[in-house]
Amino acid sequence: MSSGQVTKRVKYKTSVKDAGTPGRLSLVKERLVFRPNNPNSASKLDMQFKYITNHRYTKEGSNKAPMLNLTSNQGASYIFEFESYEDLHTCRDFVGCANLMKFGHKGVAELLHRQQKLQILELIRKFIQNNPAEMICSSVQGCCKTIDFVLHSELQKLHQQFVGGGVLTEAEFWATRKKLLEKDSNRKAKQRGGLKSSVLAESKPFIDGRTNRVTFNLTPEIVREIFSEKPAVHRAYLNFVPSKMADKDFWTKYCRAEYLQRSKNIAAAIAEAAEDEELAIFLKPDDILANETRRKIRRVDPTLDMETDQGDDYSHLPDHGIFRDGSKEVPESGNELYQRTLLQDLNRHAAVVLQGTPIDEDQLKDTQTVAEALERSKQERSTASKDDDSSADQERLKGISQAMTIDDLRGSNDHHLAPLWIKDPRDYFDSRQASSVKTSIEATKGTMSSHESYGLLRESISQIKSMGLNHPVVASEVAQKVLSVLTHNISSTKYNLGKKPGESLLDSLPTSVRDELLHHHISIEELMKHFWSSYPITNKYLNTKVTKLKDEMSKMDSQLQKLKEAVQPDIRHQITLLIRPMQQVDDYFFPKLPSSIIRSPLFYRTPFLFVWCRRSRQQCSTTTPSSRRELQKLEKSRMDILERRNLLTLYVGWNRNFVETS
Amino acid sequence: MATLPSKPIADDVSLLVVLIDTNPFFWSTSSSSLNFHQFVSHVLVFLDLIVRLSQLNQIVVIATGHNTCDYIYDSSLDTDQVTGEGELPALYSFVLQRLEEFVDKDEKLGAKQEGLSEKRASSLLSGSLSMALCYIQRVFRSGPLHPQPRILCLQGSPDGSEQYVSIMNAIFSAQRSMVPIDCCYVGSHNSAFLQQASYITGGVYVKPQHLEGLYQYLATVFAVDLHSRSFLQLPRPAGVDFRASCFCHKTTIDMGYVCSVCLSIFCKHHDKCSTCGSVFGKAQLDAASDRKRKASES
Repeated sequence: MSSGQVTKRVKYKTSVKDAGTPGRLSLVKERLVFRPNNPNSASKLDMQFKYITNHRYTKEGSNKAPMLNLTSNQGASYIFEFESYEDLHTCRDFVGCANLMKFGHKGVAELLHRQQKLQILELIRKFIQNNPAEMICSSVQGCCKTIDFVLHSELQKLHQQFVGGGVLTEAEFWATRKKLLEKDSNRKAKQRGGLKSSVLAESKPFIDGRTNRVTFNLTPEIVREIFSEKPAVHRAYLNFVPSKMADKDFWTKYCRAEYLQRSKNIAAAIAEAAEDEELAIFLKPDDILANETRRKIRRVDPTLDMETDQGDDYSHLPDHGIFRDGSKEVPESGNELYQRTLLQDLNRHAAVVLQGTPIDEDQLKDTQTVAEALERSKQERSTASKDDDSSADQERLKGISQAMTIDDLRGSNDHHLAPLWIKDPRDYFDSRQASSVKTSIEATKGTMSSHESYGLLRESISQIKSMGLNHPVVASEVAQKVLSVLTHNISSTKYNLGKKPGESLLDSLPTSVRDELLHHHISIEELMKHFWSSYPITNKYLNTKVTKLKDEMSKMDSQLQKLKEAVQPDIRHQITLLIRPMQQVDDYFFPKLPSSIIRSPLFYRTPFLFVWCRRSRQQCSTTTPSSRRELQKLEKSRMDILERRNLLTLYVGWNRNFVETS
Repeated sequence: MATLPSKPIADDVSLLVVLIDTNPFFWSTSSSSLNFHQFVSHVLVFLDLIVRLSQLNQIVVIATGHNTCDYIYDSSLDTDQVTGEGELPALYSFVLQRLEEFVDKDEKLGAKQEGLSEKRASSLLSGSLSMALCYIQRVFRSGPLHPQPRILCLQGSPDGSEQYVSIMNAIFSAQRSMVPIDCCYVGSHNSAFLQQASYITGGVYVKPQHLEGLYQYLATVFAVDLHSRSFLQLPRPAGVDFRASCFCHKTTIDMGYVCSVCLSIFCKHHDKCSTCGSVFGKAQLDAASDRKRKASES
C-alpha cells in the first residue's frame, strides 16, 4: 500500500452465480480500474471511488470464495472474486481508506456501523502511516471520535507502547475506552424502552353489534406483554405453533378465551373449556405462575410472620372491591378456576413491568420472534436461578438458625476484611502539624523528668562556659553544603510560580522535556488504572498481568531517571519535584505489595499532580501554535485543502457536491 | 491603625529581636543532630556577627521557656555592657549567664505547677512574641530615629494549639506595625504557626536541612537587614500550612464553623459565639430535620 496502488488478479462478475471475466483490478488513489485479460471483452471498468457507496466482502471463515462487492451510488453492484483472502483484505482496506477520504465523518460512521470497529481503526492507522503529509485534526465537534483518537497521537503512542510492548492486551486497553470505539452514541438509544404500564385492558376488542363480530387487535408489543404476563400462554404458543396449529388459529382461540372471560359468562366458559382443551389452557389459571409463586413463598425469610386470619380477608367485606366494568366483581365459589379478578391482573402486570423487558425493540417483528426471544431469555434466567434455589434453601436454614440465636450469647463476628488504614495525608505534605496530643505522646516517651531536662540545659550552658565555642563553629564542608543548598533553592523559580497569570511550570520547560513528561504521566496513569482494576488478585491471569505491569513500571522509573539526568541542571530540580510522585509510585508502592496496597501514599500525592498535569496539558494542547495555524488555514479556503490531497479533513456538513465538482 | 513608616538612620541598620527556644522538654528529647549546647554556640556567634556588622545594629534576646519568657540581653542597654571574663568574649559570657539564671527561674516556676503541665511540650511562643512586640512598640515611640525592627524566631518545640489565638493576635499586630517575623525552625516537623507568621508579615521561614551548619543558615539568610532584602532572593518554603486551632477546644482542625461576625473558629456547632457573643441561627441540617419532624407529627 505504500506505493498507493494495488493491482490484483480478479474475476469480475455481475452477480454471484456468474462465472466471471478474468482480468486485473488496479486500485489507485481515487479510482479503480478493471481490465479484462481478453481485450475484446466488453466488461471494462473504470470508475472513481466517490461513486462507490458501499462495499461488502465474504468472511474468511466461510466456505465461499473471497469476493468483494462494491455498490455504486446508482445501485449497480460490481463483484470481484479474488484468488486469495489476502488479496481481498488488501483491496478491501484500500477501498475502505478511499471511502474514508471521501465521505468524511458520516461515511466513517457508516463504515463503523457495518464493520468491526477495530478493523476500521487499523485501516485508518495504516492510511495515516502511508500518507505522511499533514494530518489535520480539525475541531472536535462533528469529528468522529475514533478518527479523533487516531489523530490524537498520545493515545496512539500509548497504544503502541503498551499493546505493542505486550504489557496489555487489546481487549484490556480498550476496555476503559469503549466510548471511543463506538459510533456516535446519539444514533442509538442505549436504553431499552420499558413496558407500558397500561394493562392489557386497554386493548379492548372492537365489538360490532350488527354483524356479531368481535375484532381484537394484536400488535407485537401486546403479544410481548401477553407472553410476559402469562407464561402458560407462552408455553402453549411455543408448543402448538407451528406444529399443531397456525399462528392465526392460536390467536383466535386466545381471543375467544379472553372474550369469554370478559363477558363473565362462567357457564359458557366452562362449557367451552370442556370441549376444547386448548381453550381450557387459556381459561385456567396459569400453572407456571403458580409454581413460581410457591417457590417464592418458600424462599421468604422464615422469621417473617405471615400468618393471616379472617380479619385480613378484605375482599369479602361489604362495600369493598373495584369496579372493572361498572359492576362489582364477586368471585363465586366453586368457579374460581375459570375466573380472574382485576387484582390478579393488576398484580401480575405490575410484576412484569417491574421486571422489565428482556428483549429489544427490534425483536418485536412478529409473534414468532417474540416468542422465541422471550423463551431464550427465560432459559438464561432459569439456568442462573437453578443455583439460586439450592443456595436459597441454605440461606433459609441459615436465617432460621440466626434468628434463633440470642445476640448476647454469640461470640464476636470476625470479619475477614482487611482493616482500612488510611495514612495521615499530612505525613506526605511538606508541612506537618504535630497536634497537641501527639506532642503529649512524645513528651511522655522521654524518659526524663522535668528536673532532669532542666539539668541538661544547665549542663549545656556550663559546658559552653567552660569549654568555649568550637573552632570553627561550622566546618567548612558543612558550610559549603549549606550554601549550595540555599543557592540551589533560591535559584529555583518555584516560588515565582503563580505570580504571572496563565503561566505554568510545564510551559516553562522545553517542549521535548514537557512532552516526555506528559507522556510518562499518562502512561503511568494508564498502568495504575489497569493495576487497580486487577485487584483483588483471584486468578493466575490477573497475577501475570500485575507482574507485567510492575515490570513496566520499573522500566518507567528508569526512563524517568534518565530524563532527569539528561535535563539541564537549572530545571532539574523542578522536574524532580514533578516526577517525585511518579517515582514514589514505584518506590513505595510496588516493593511492598500486596499487603500495603491500602497504605500507599500514592493517593495523596499523585492525584494533585495528575490534576495539575492534566490541566496544564489541556492548556498546552489548545494553545500550541501549530494547531492554531492549521485551523486558520482550513477556514480560509476549501480549494487549498482539496489541492493538498494528502489531508484528511473531517468537517461537519462537508458538502458532497462540492467534492464531486472539484 | 498603621504606624507611620519609621525613618531609618541609615539603610543597612537592623534592630533584631531574637527569640530563643529554651524549652527543656524539647531539647532533652530532640533526636536531631543539634543539641542545646551546639545550638547556643551557633546562636551566640550569630549574635556577635550582627553586632559587628554595624555599629548602629541593635539586638535584643528574649528566651522562650516552658513556663515563662524573659529578656536576656539588650545591646542598647548600658547595664548589659560588661567586660569580658576568661576566654569568652563579653557578649557570650553575659548571655550565657543570663540564660542560666533564666533556666533556673523557669524551673522554679515549673515546679510549682507540677503535674498540671506534663502534657504540654510546647514553649510559650505567644508570650515571647508579645514581649518582642511590646519592645518594638516602645522603640517606635522613642523617636523618629531608629532602625526598622524585625523579629527572628529560633524555635524547635512543636506548636501549642492552645496558643493559637494569642499567636495569631501577635502576628496580626506585627503585620499592622510592619514588623517582619522570620523563623528558623530547628524542630522535626514544620510549624504551622510560624509558617503563617512569616507568610503574613512578609518574613522568611527556613527549616534547615543540615542542622550542623545552622550558623551558616543564620548568617546567609537572617543577617541581612531589611532594606537589602529587596535586592536578594531569600529562600521561601514551598507551601504554608494554614490550619487553625478551634477556639473552644484548642485542637487543630481543617474544617469547622466560623462566626460571621468575629471570624472565630469552632469545631462544633455552638448556639452563641464565645468571643463576640453573637447568637447563631439554627444550622441548616437541624432546620431540615425539624421540618420533617413537624410534617410527620401533623
